[in-house]
Amino acid sequence: MTPPTPSAAAPLEVTDETEKKSITSDGSKGSESRSPGRLAWKRFKRDRTGVISAYVVIFFFVIGIAAPLIAKLYGKNPYTTYTTQHPELLNAFSYPAGPNGGMSSEFWFGIEPQLGRDVFTFLLYAIRNSLGIATAAALLTTVLGVVIGVTAGYLGGKTDYLVSRIIDILLSFPSTLFFIAFMPVVFGFFVAPDDNIPTSLRATALILVLSAFGWASIARLLRGQVLGLREREFVEAAKVTGASPMRVVFKELLPNLWTPIIIQSTLLLPAFVTAEAGLAFLGVGMIDPTPDWGVMIGRGAQFYTEDITFMLFPGISMVIFVLAFNLLGDSVRDALDPKSKR
Amino acid sequence: MSNTNPLLDVSGLTKHFPIKGGFPIKRTVGAVQAVDGLDFQVAEGESLGLVGESGCGKSTTGRLITRLLEPTGGKITYRGQDITHANRRQLAPIRSEIQMIFQDPYASLNPRQTVGKIVAGPMEINDINPAGGRENRVRELLEIVGLNPEHYNRFPHEFSGGQRQRIGVARALALEPKLIVADEPVSALDVSIQAQVVNLLQKVQRELGIAFVFIAHDLAIVRHFSQRVAVMYLGKIVEIADREDLYDNPRHPYTRALLSAVPEATVEAEPRERIRLVGDVPSPINPPSGCRFRTRCWKATEKCASEAPPLVQADGNKPGHLTACHYPEVRDAVPAPRLAKDPEAAA
Ligand SMILES: Nc1ncnc2c1ncn2[C@@H]1O[C@H](COP(=O)(O)OP(=O)(O)OP(=O)(O)O)[C@@H](O)[C@H]1O
Ligand code: SF4
Ligand SMILES: [Mg+2]
Repeated sequence: MTPPTPSAAAPLEVTDETEKKSITSDGSKGSESRSPGRLAWKRFKRDRTGVISAYVVIFFFVIGIAAPLIAKLYGKNPYTTYTTQHPELLNAFSYPAGPNGGMSSEFWFGIEPQLGRDVFTFLLYAIRNSLGIATAAALLTTVLGVVIGVTAGYLGGKTDYLVSRIIDILLSFPSTLFFIAFMPVVFGFFVAPDDNIPTSLRATALILVLSAFGWASIARLLRGQVLGLREREFVEAAKVTGASPMRVVFKELLPNLWTPIIIQSTLLLPAFVTAEAGLAFLGVGMIDPTPDWGVMIGRGAQFYTEDITFMLFPGISMVIFVLAFNLLGDSVRDALDPKSKR
Repeated sequence: MSNTNPLLDVSGLTKHFPIKGGFPIKRTVGAVQAVDGLDFQVAEGESLGLVGESGCGKSTTGRLITRLLEPTGGKITYRGQDITHANRRQLAPIRSEIQMIFQDPYASLNPRQTVGKIVAGPMEINDINPAGGRENRVRELLEIVGLNPEHYNRFPHEFSGGQRQRIGVARALALEPKLIVADEPVSALDVSIQAQVVNLLQKVQRELGIAFVFIAHDLAIVRHFSQRVAVMYLGKIVEIADREDLYDNPRHPYTRALLSAVPEATVEAEPRERIRLVGDVPSPINPPSGCRFRTRCWKATEKCASEAPPLVQADGNKPGHLTACHYPEVRDAVPAPRLAKDPEAAA
């Protein structure tokens, strides 16, 4: 195993893109060595569901990252209301004139009712924005959780007591309710009530609030793990040879915490994707015209009785993503921890 | 042997673990008296055996010497330097000289590090760059402990318990220590492998002249390994003597009981009567008054309950043979009626 970079950020790449990367990058020198990571990777490769899910998840991330490129090749953008120039695309009730929500060779996924934006690019950018926010929140949450949890567990005593009480309080919060009530307050923090809130600020605030409430569960888990690990004899062995607390944490403890960290972050990301969409849907997250899964579903909900097609694209793509990611998470968990049979 | 320039000098060493309790505000409600006033010395190159039943404070003693634990009281002197309360920085210069081998070969090696990393770790931490490089030195060490140096890149889970313990020995040797605390280094191993590892330690001790504090829970292993033996009971040393003295002439009833459980080394030796200790070791939270062994001792009297016997040279003991008992056993004397006597032996 190679965790030589003593950086708390190292585990975080893991949530990003695919678990694959982090596990293969173990790159042990000796070809004959069977590192725990290598063994896990071997187990993972045998898991058909996991591999397929991984491809689906990668596909979504690639789409998200390449959205501007794809949109450019495709020749449209998510903001232009194409019906201003081509009013014939909408019928008298402002619904797409063509069948299936106006799907055509020109507008692959049809056009949006009323405003007449291009659904395909809108969806591309929605995936990009939603995954971006959820990934950033998951990364930040993991960093916070790991740093706080490991610190509390390792230091113990008063620090641990204090942190544990904060975690208890945070976990007893009805966080969804809190988000709805509190997001406007957070925005008000940065911007005068009447001003427009810039998109980047919305995104940042969302990431911060999601992380502020998300770290507690990871921290609690890691604290427990560290409490167990720091009594292990190999930690004492390191101390006997004079290892500094830093070295103990980064070289002895962290490498043994990859598994729970990866598992927790694979649980976090889909949870944040749905939470972020939920907030947007409720109007306290990202808002129209920013492309976003939640925004799109919110728009679709306004006219799904008349035109179900528009609703289907964000709905189905999101379900596929979350499902694939959860299945992937399960496979990763099984691969890392073969003893836990669900 | 015992008094010439001790490498390690321990006096009055005490460790009490506070017990927290109470609601809603936690406070100290008592203490586990894990180690309570130990005095002993270890000379250079000498091996001291530390023996006692489970829970009598052997590991705690080992961890105090290696300063993994902070002593509650007493004094630890290493080569004339007081290290009782030295912090990590102050300890740095002598860190490399006191090393430890652990009981559990499965818990004592980091499962995420290769053998190479594990053995090189101590050198990395102490910034030691041996001639020829660390990797070479690691291979050398692996060879010394009887492992294939080509297994450098393997992970602990690819080794057996005995091999893992050898890795632990290699790690302890990496810093060329003067003193190794071995905490029951073989009790987690198969009997067939125990001897191999003990032989390895013996070789290491002789060839490299390393002093050992060898912790064990029975007297059988220590007999082959240690020149001097201390017997512990409930946080106190009850008897300490050179090996031959202790085995030939045990003066403390507890030592005698422990010895009676050790198989005879020679066939001709007349069989010892077996003494089976009844009852459990009392709790170290609330140890018996006076002599701590009195609840299981067949000779206990009023005096034993009221007065703690000091660790002194009893009548007829050789110098350096100390016993903490008001009524030391006498060799070959028919023991007084024994409550704790083995019923089978009586029949
Ligand atoms: N960290 C701790 N906190 C509280 N009590 C402890 C702690 N460590 C050890 N003890 C107690 O101190 C006593 C002595 O423990 P120790 O581990 O030294 O025994 P031991 O002789 O090594 O036993 P064993 O043969 O089982 O290893 C035990 O009663 C144990 O419960
Ligand atoms: S002092 Fe008394 S109780 Fe203790 S060992 Fe000696 S005879 Fe037994
Ligand atoms: Mg022990």
